[in-house]
Amino acid sequence: MGKFLIPFAAFVALAVVFALGLNPNRDIHALPSPLIGKAAPAIALSDVMDPSKSVRNADFKGQVYIVNVWGTWCEACRAEQEALLDIAQQHVVPIIGLVYMDQRDKARAWLQQLGNPYTAVAFDSDGRTAINWGVYGAPETFLVDRQGRVIYKFISPITPQVWQHEFLPRIAAARAGA
Amino acid sequence: MNLGRWRSRLLLAAIFSVCAGVAAAADAPLVATPVVTTDAFGQLTNPGLQARFERITKNLRCLVCQNESIADSNVELAADLRRQVREMLVAGQSDDAIFKFMTDRYGDFVRFNPPLTPKTWLIWGAPFIVLALGVLIIVRIVRRRARMPLDDDPTAAAS
Repeated sequence: MGKFLIPFAAFVALAVVFALGLNPNRDIHALPSPLIGKAAPAIALSDVMDPSKSVRNADFKGQVYIVNVWGTWCEACRAEQEALLDIAQQHVVPIIGLVYMDQRDKARAWLQQLGNPYTAVAFDSDGRTAINWGVYGAPETFLVDRQGRVIYKFISPITPQVWQHEFLPRIAAARAGA
Repeated sequence: MNLGRWRSRLLLAAIFSVCAGVAAAADAPLVATPVVTTDAFGQLTNPGLQARFERITKNLRCLVCQNESIADSNVELAADLRRQVREMLVAGQSDDAIFKFMTDRYGDFVRFNPPLTPKTWLIWGAPFIVLALGVLIIVRIVRRRARMPLDDDPTAAAS
């Protein structure tokens, strides 16, 4: 009996490692953000629609808001757009768009064609703001609380389910807490 | 009144106002970016800085293609991060400051040699744990064999 205990325990341990590692629902590219709990990096960029206007997240301080990183090169962002338009209709929180690794006219055409769910869209021409936010792809979405702290990061397209289960409870908690 | 002193004060005021103007113009959240000079091969003109640049970028992971370093990767994010490293080197920042800048934004995962923290002790400790297990197993086998009666061994009986 004791003879089989160690190989059996080793087998169970390996099975657990594989079950965790090979879980198809796990996004192997999703990394935890070190920004959680820290002050949101500044966004001070020009508006994608009107370069003479600026978009600053400092203007949203005191509110719970969302920063959504996207680009016209990103197919998943196209899929996300419909959900974002629905979410915008609910008027729960302001949504700041951050256009990443893109061209202004392409981004503008995209918004005109698919609809614009954003309260404001900032144009990150050189990727410096995205680096400060630890962005490494698109779409990425950040939730910022009233004190201007990042409280949540979601990597991959937002769906109605994700909005319902991941964002709304956190938004409610952020509002109740402060 | 000393004319020379006034002149130097005026000069100082002019310098300050120029600095303030530059600071206001660069309304980006970062400090004014340093001028990075590179040669025809895209290398930093200062060989010492270039050597540090190569070492640092080899130790930073490209988060898009996670098993490549930003020195090797062709994706845009890697190019942006290389530019960041170059600028910080030229601005006189230390290697530690550059690594901290990256881990503050991308987490320890961005480093190919992550620091020892409660989260990473298993990575660093695993070889020692495996070594200890191996020693334990060898000790057990040796002890068991030591307890075996010698007269069962035909070669031992023959000698």
